[in-house]
Amino acid sequence: MDTSHILPTRIYYTIFAILLLCTYLTVQIAFVDLGRLNAVAALTIAVFKAVLVVLFFMHVRYSTRLTWVVVIAAVFWLMILLALTAGDYLTRWRGTYG
Amino acid sequence: MLPETAHHHPPALAHHFDDLGQQHEAATLGMWVFLVTEVLFFGGLFLVYSVYRSLYTDAFAAGSRELDLTLGAINTAVLISSSLTMALAVHAAQLGHRRVLMLFLVATMALGGVFLGIKGYEYYTKFVEHHVPGPSFQFEREFFRHAQIFFSLYFLMTGLHAVHMIIGFGIMAVMLLWAWKGTITAEYYSPIEISGLYWHFVDIVWIFLFPLLYLIGRHGH
Repeated sequence: MDTSHILPTRIYYTIFAILLLCTYLTVQIAFVDLGRLNAVAALTIAVFKAVLVVLFFMHVRYSTRLTWVVVIAAVFWLMILLALTAGDYLTRWRGTYG
Repeated sequence: MLPETAHHHPPALAHHFDDLGQQHEAATLGMWVFLVTEVLFFGGLFLVYSVYRSLYTDAFAAGSRELDLTLGAINTAVLISSSLTMALAVHAAQLGHRRVLMLFLVATMALGGVFLGIKGYEYYTKFVEHHVPGPSFQFEREFFRHAQIFFSLYFLMTGLHAVHMIIGFGIMAVMLLWAWKGTITAEYYSPIEISGLYWHFVDIVWIFLFPLLYLIGRHGH
């Protein structure tokens, strides 16, 4: 059995600490009035946390290229779903939905 | 293939795979393909949330402020901790440490249970406060209609997430049984690995739910 993918547990504890720190940060930033940037900051931190979980806890960083393709495909299709629908709804006249 | 070679097959290797490495890769890839469908499943709800929030930003912020931020933050930490114990369970499985594996699986289930308990308490307080959409819903007059959309999405999204947690709890129970029976070995730990992928995915969903539901209305108040 190929044992090269067994990571030292130190990596998991480090990622865990960073994830907790990011959770603390996102709560603190939520109370600072940044206007529209509050949502941007919250989502940026969430994306960063998710990337850490995917790369290290889910071992994608050490996985085959085929796994990378599947993971990127998930993000790509999600973006199509969000971007095309937003492109429709966000450009309509708001009064329609009173 | 000569019968002698077939004789030396590792017991965990299904005969349609060349070797354990290929079998492990196939299992991992299959789980990832399933997770793509899960991303789009939850993605639809995140889309609905985004559209309604862009239309009724103030009502969503007012609804968000009614959620218990402390409990939400504690639950985020609980779930991240459960992801750590899950990662350590996979690590123990890779090394063939059966007792450590069982210990971390139990820890993961316990943390999942704490999460569901806190979530259940939050749901209970929502019922007491009349923040459940429907005939008994009560809210500031200005946001009465649109805050119900926020709370509908709150219950739908956290509810679907909780269903995934309950399923994950069941998967971990089966993994615990397999570990106990000795099915899981250092050369055959794929079931633990792909159960871990599922558990981490559910964690990621919460990583997005927490800011979108609990944090969006906090600034300037």
